[in-house]
Amino acid sequence: MDANKTARVRKRASAWALNVTLFIAMAIICLPGLWIVLNSLRPTVEIMAKPPIWIPRELSLQAYVDMFSGVGQGGIPVLEYFRNSVIIAVTSTVISLAVGMSGGYAFARYRFRAKSGWFLGLMLTRTVPGIALSLPLFFLYARVGLIDTHAGMILAYTALNVPFTIWLIDGFFRQVPRDLAEAAQIDGCTRWQAFWQVEFPLARPGIASAGIFAFLTSWNEFALASQLTRSTDSKTLPVGLLDYTAEFTIDWRGMCALAVVMIIPALLLTYAVQKHLVSGLTSGAIKG
Amino acid sequence: MATLTLSTLDKNYGAFHAVKGIDLAVNDGEFVALVGPSGCGKSTTLRMIAGLEDITGGDIRIGDRVVNDLPPRDRNISMVFQSYALYPHMTVAENMGFSLKIAGRDTATIEAAVQEAARVLDIEPLLERRPAQLSGGQRQRVAMGRAIVRDPDVFLFDEPLSNLDAKLRGQMRTEIKQLHARLGATVVYVTHDQIEAMTLADRIVIMKDGLIEQVGTPDEVFNRPASRFVASFIGSPPMNMTEATVTGGALQLDDGTTLPLPPGFSPAEGRRVVLGLRPDDIYPEGHGIHSEDGHAVDIRELPVNLSEPLGNETLLFTELGGQSWTARMLNPRNLRRGEVLRFHIDLSRAHLFDAGTGHTLRS
Repeated sequence: MDANKTARVRKRASAWALNVTLFIAMAIICLPGLWIVLNSLRPTVEIMAKPPIWIPRELSLQAYVDMFSGVGQGGIPVLEYFRNSVIIAVTSTVISLAVGMSGGYAFARYRFRAKSGWFLGLMLTRTVPGIALSLPLFFLYARVGLIDTHAGMILAYTALNVPFTIWLIDGFFRQVPRDLAEAAQIDGCTRWQAFWQVEFPLARPGIASAGIFAFLTSWNEFALASQLTRSTDSKTLPVGLLDYTAEFTIDWRGMCALAVVMIIPALLLTYAVQKHLVSGLTSGAIKG
Repeated sequence: MATLTLSTLDKNYGAFHAVKGIDLAVNDGEFVALVGPSGCGKSTTLRMIAGLEDITGGDIRIGDRVVNDLPPRDRNISMVFQSYALYPHMTVAENMGFSLKIAGRDTATIEAAVQEAARVLDIEPLLERRPAQLSGGQRQRVAMGRAIVRDPDVFLFDEPLSNLDAKLRGQMRTEIKQLHARLGATVVYVTHDQIEAMTLADRIVIMKDGLIEQVGTPDEVFNRPASRFVASFIGSPPMNMTEATVTGGALQLDDGTTLPLPPGFSPAEGRRVVLGLRPDDIYPEGHGIHSEDGHAVDIRELPVNLSEPLGNETLLFTELGGQSWTARMLNPRNLRRGEVLRFHIDLSRAHLFDAGTGHTLRS
């Protein structure tokens, strides 16, 4: 066989090998999600079966019907949980983004005393696991009456998210050349207009990423929420999952159904925001 | 269009004195180039005129308005950045019309102005593209288009050609010159390239260490440099310089060689001076540029150590007074290495500077 043919075959073979590897990797990543959706649609007997039943024998939406059928009829206050989750996640995300944009912009553009110290300090807060804070936070919140309130949860999640949003947005503002804001000012913009007309649109992928991250963190967080919430006034969906655990039994089907209800909005949001995630928008601003 | 006046303009960055009280008056419609080495304060001066940098002292006037503390948008200036600074998320047309949009003009006016500028710069087919889809030269044109759309009082250029390759730079230089001729605009143009300054400007401002060394027409700064620095900065290849002592009414170089005093200079006996001579003014017999009529010419035989043929001329490197001199040979012929030629040294075109201060000794 001549060398060219060998090389061609080898190239094709390696492309296939890559595809197969990718498929396996994706399957492993997606399997838990698929399993949750599947389990929400079939009876517990089938879920608990050993060896596992891969192809479901009967499917039903009973778990979803039960979930919304109200407390006492096998349901849980899912609408209240959902409302709490939305209020807490959206508000804390908006605040985190506002603080993250201001902070990120300041770190990217201005010089001030102890700048790297401040930055390092912010990053260090990320090294503390959230759960380690739950007890001190509980005492503090109990004192000031923030237990079981939206405000308390929003505050906790904002504090959790702000260092990350600042860090991420700072990186994106750094990529926007200074000249652009100056050119905009010469073109007649105020400092504020230059920011919104030029710098903000160019940093939008970073701001969108930070937003998704902050939202998902707040939306999915369980450890802190389980400590700081008590009732339907503030319990979020992840905490609501516990409603399916009784003293001796766990309703796996109901739990999976609620998990699906949690996943759907997160999925929709990510899908809606992803078009803003196109990177490389700044190319062409300056000599490329 | 308007005049631009800088009076004792000062800029400090903490302890660093970047611009040290410069005075400059730019006439209406004049093209002034600021040149100098890196860190001489030329870009800082431009940014102060633009309002992008606060001034520490002095005054900036555009027309009869003092604009010292006005933000850039209230100065009615346009600026072309070294990096072009095009807005990457806007099309070429949006980039060019941005200033008018911010000023609240209606769509039809903006479109007409953009079309007109695009026609002048020959970029009409590019209007719907984005900056990322343009070549370097096209981006440069769009940046100029953005500047001319709004009909400003003063145009500011901050090294606009330094990102282009040599060929395109030459081409854009010509276009900028034509554009200036057509618009009759007041222009302040910063560059570190003395050729750009010489070819484009009505007047050149040579800066060094935050001070103006000389202001003059290209002819003045080339032929009557006010200092050793200006003489070495303007002209390519640079002027030959050598230190000498005035001895017995002649110049004695450090190795004992003597040359007659250039006419028009009468330094005191014993004074340390710097003799400056452009490569154009030292040439093999019969290969010179200028007429020698009435000139004091010193003729001596010198060896050619190295030659650089450029086609229409050849640069020769010879030796006199123990140091290397660059000479220019017009209508060149092939030379042997080490060949000895009769060189004419046109002392009537030579310059003398004080060895200490570097100021010209021309009275």
